[in-house]
Amino acid sequence: MRLDVILRVISKLLLPFMLVFALYVQFHGDYGPGGGFQAGVIVAAAVILYAIMFGLDAALEAVPVRVVEIMVPLGVLIYAGVGVASLLLGANFLDYDVLGHDHHHAQELGVMLVEIGVLVSVSGTMLAIFYAFAGRGR
Amino acid sequence: MILDNLPALQVVIPLVGATICALIDRRRVAWPIALAISLVGIVISVALLAQVLAGGPISYAMGGWAPPYGIEYRVDVVNAYILVLVSVIGAVIMPYAPRSVAAELAENKQAWFYTMYLLNLTGLLGMAITGDAFNAFVFLEISSLSSYVMIALGRDRRALLAAYQYLILGTIGATFYVIGVGLLYAMTGTLNFVDMAERIVDVESSRSVLAALAFLTVGISLKLALFPLHVWLPNAYAYAPSVATVFLASTATKVAVYLFLRFFFSIFGARFVYADLPLTEILLVLSVAAMFIASIIAIFQDDVKRMLAYSSVAQIGYMTLGIGIANLNGLTGTIVHLFNHAVTKGALFMAVGAVVMRVGRHDLEGLAGIGRRMPVTMAGFVIAGLSLIGVPGTVGFVSKWYLAAGAFESGAWLLSFLIMASSFLAVVYVGRVVEIAWFREPTQAVASVEEAPLSLIIPTWVLVAASVVFGLDAAFTAGVAERAAEALLAGIL
Repeated sequence: MRLDVILRVISKLLLPFMLVFALYVQFHGDYGPGGGFQAGVIVAAAVILYAIMFGLDAALEAVPVRVVEIMVPLGVLIYAGVGVASLLLGANFLDYDVLGHDHHHAQELGVMLVEIGVLVSVSGTMLAIFYAFAGRGR
Repeated sequence: MILDNLPALQVVIPLVGATICALIDRRRVAWPIALAISLVGIVISVALLAQVLAGGPISYAMGGWAPPYGIEYRVDVVNAYILVLVSVIGAVIMPYAPRSVAAELAENKQAWFYTMYLLNLTGLLGMAITGDAFNAFVFLEISSLSSYVMIALGRDRRALLAAYQYLILGTIGATFYVIGVGLLYAMTGTLNFVDMAERIVDVESSRSVLAALAFLTVGISLKLALFPLHVWLPNAYAYAPSVATVFLASTATKVAVYLFLRFFFSIFGARFVYADLPLTEILLVLSVAAMFIASIIAIFQDDVKRMLAYSSVAQIGYMTLGIGIANLNGLTGTIVHLFNHAVTKGALFMAVGAVVMRVGRHDLEGLAGIGRRMPVTMAGFVIAGLSLIGVPGTVGFVSKWYLAAGAFESGAWLLSFLIMASSFLAVVYVGRVVEIAWFREPTQAVASVEEAPLSLIIPTWVLVAASVVFGLDAAFTAGVAERAAEALLAGIL
């Protein structure tokens, strides 16, 4: 019998809550403390917890290295893409006002989109660093 | 509409290109993207320079937030000139890159190399174009981090150590920079360069501002490799892949010099920096030390890339010398030398890169007789070497002429003499390479090599030609540099 059964069950129970909490932090960032960076770290922490409890191979199966490698530049591309979109709509780079029908909606939409970019990049980078260290000597 | 957004596009296009290169991760796609972006970069920077020369400074409000509250991109003659310099070098290197990179890097790392190159380009252009002190820090970090990676990609194992050494010193430099900016922010309540320059007048006698000046001076000096803060540079240049060496040697330190000029002249103001503080003396002593000590060390190197790297430290001494002289001719000399040294050193490192590709080594012994096997490449090396020495008719002469004239005007005739004397040291180290490459019998390994392919020779000779053409007719480069110097000195002239 394995002795770490409690740890394994608890972490399995925790994982969905961690991810939901990450989303809460993510969207709360539009109005108050929080945002893509913190949420990205929480998402990555969830995957790292999974890797620590169930092994690197299980984590790699859930979130393969190739996905992580795509996430890192993709987040930056989302961020820059929002800026380019506002350029194409005739405003300055990253001027969110043109993205929606009025000032408040447009600003909120713009911030939400760039923060999603931040989430993707930060969680990808955290995982890339973790995989690089955890995979040493394999 | 597109014309209004040029300042943003200058930085955004390479950034987006870098992410696309990383996403696709195929070397066959990465190089055409990098090439196309470098060429677009030239068009944008030349258009910006033309706009600035015709109509004065351009201000661009990022995200529509009006300066000084938002991040402002502010292009005047000084940084438009730097933008042209960086993007021209970037565009000349890209046709050279594929063969050299293919010869020196593993296949699965080549797409990443182009990603890092584009990120570096983003960082350098961003540092040059931004009008916001903290934004400049962000771009400084982007360019630094990507250059650490580019250096570490060198095939020699010592490249890792060199990159690590640069990482430590570069991080200290960047930290000092951000501490300095933090102190200035605390004292003035703003990060916008123009706004900061106006507000600093009221608080300039405070100790915090002095501390900020000290931190910024040391931090930026580390990045521009002012003697004796240059120790990261020789190894970084020697062991980086050839293309990275060419790009870093021609642009990275130049943009740091620009930042130095910006803080000294536009923000603190020349009167504050020079009249009340002993900075002139410090700069002059360190510059002269760089010119002589680094040149002497270069003479004793047995590796061509290290030799050229030490020569770069010496040449940076000329640039800071002009900052120390701080009159119109001296500063024009500094600014024109940014361009002149970039094309000269770029041509030299490109020629060496072509040799490395054919022979596979860059120590002097390995180059014996290479001039007979690769005459076109090495002829380029000789001409660019003459420009490094400062022979009349080359760009090196133009810069030294302005510097010597500036020194003479300020009454420091000794400095004019030292500028000429240090050129003779360059004769020795360039002469050593020429002697070994042309007058020795080719060794067994060299005897079988062929001339470099055209895709390497043409970019090399473009820079060689530039170092002669702008040496014979310096009206354009020196003219723009003089306007830039006038703009910087507006406070004290």
